[in-house]
Amino acid sequence: MSSTKDVLFKPVFDNNPIALQILGICSALAVTSSLQVSFVMCLALTVVCAFSNLFVSLIRAHIPGSIRIIVQMTIIASLVIVVDQILKAVAYDISKQLSVFVGLIITNCIVMGRAEAYAMKNPPAASFLDGIGNGLGYSIVLLVLAFIRELFGTGKLFGFEILSVVNDGGWYVPNGMLLLPPSAFFLIGLFIWALRVWKKDQVEAPDFKIAPNSSGETV
Amino acid sequence: MEQYLSLFVRAVFIENMALSFFLGMCTFLAISKKVQAALGLGIAVIVVLTITVPANNLIFKYLLAEGALTWTGIDGMENVDLSFLGLLSYIGVIAAIVQIMEMFLDKYVPALYSALGVFLPLITVNCAILGASLFMVERDYDLAESAVFGLGSGFGWALAVVALAGIREKLKYSDVPEGLRGLGITFITVGLMSLGFMSFGGIDL
Repeated sequence: MSSTKDVLFKPVFDNNPIALQILGICSALAVTSSLQVSFVMCLALTVVCAFSNLFVSLIRAHIPGSIRIIVQMTIIASLVIVVDQILKAVAYDISKQLSVFVGLIITNCIVMGRAEAYAMKNPPAASFLDGIGNGLGYSIVLLVLAFIRELFGTGKLFGFEILSVVNDGGWYVPNGMLLLPPSAFFLIGLFIWALRVWKKDQVEAPDFKIAPNSSGETV
Repeated sequence: MEQYLSLFVRAVFIENMALSFFLGMCTFLAISKKVQAALGLGIAVIVVLTITVPANNLIFKYLLAEGALTWTGIDGMENVDLSFLGLLSYIGVIAAIVQIMEMFLDKYVPALYSALGVFLPLITVNCAILGASLFMVERDYDLAESAVFGLGSGFGWALAVVALAGIREKLKYSDVPEGLRGLGITFITVGLMSLGFMSFGGIDL
């Protein structure tokens, strides 16, 4: 039982796809300027990841090694098309805002990476949970980023006003910088820092040790 | 001519794939430890983008867009809209072209093949490639424009990855706080680079 729990929750903090495996960063950065859009994105990714893991794992014994990438791609692409069409039918506005990024779930390395690294070697049920777990790990980073960016960038959450903005006679001066691309990089960097202060074992070994001052003096 | 030049400059600097659309980030961060490797990957991306974007343009125009199949002359074809198959076809084309290129290079240019090594298959899952094809469809480029756009965005991506690799090679000698070491500081560096590239934003060509 504990192994099922491990499969599901390990990717959330201990083996986070974004912070540790460096997978799926493209969309994490691009869609996080609004909480609603990133919420939809997380949902879409989790669904695609879980089901692609499931299907790849179901037919894993029949996939010839040399063309496995193409087979995985086809499964993932079909799932993404389904998700894309559903989004267009149910939530057209959000699907417009996500523009090319729903399509880019295909090349989101999380989906591909988990299909290749986990689903090819494990039974369907465990693979399905692994997909959900990695989707959750991705979602938590996205939602934290989107929360910070939308709250301090526009003073709103899910489109509702939380901090009253100066333009509408309030007190809060929105920080427009947070809505621009560079701030996403800074925030992910800081997020990784925070995570690694908490989980010490994720700290990377230095490439190069700085030698102590040769004269022995303290500067 | 002028129009193509401005499209190229836009794709390289103003709409840089890596720094303003965050495309191809995974490989961008993973490969940028050494300038040598970054250069190899950069060249591979330029070549693949320059071929795949026009190829997908043809596929979209003559197979998938609404009424695109009229040239077959079969009755009722002008109402067929296959654009929902877009994603599947583009990724298929990209995977196929990368595969063909790999075989071609292996046979005729073995030196380049061994230099690119593992990066070539990796390119299939580089979102910059698929992203460029999707942008091409969204923005309605014609064949020549999409070739220029492919070349330009590949060039911009390569420029960004080589620049980042240069910075990271120096960065490893600096004393970075423990938790920020490696990935964390790389993100901050990319953020600063992206700020720098944003200053091209005001250029109107």
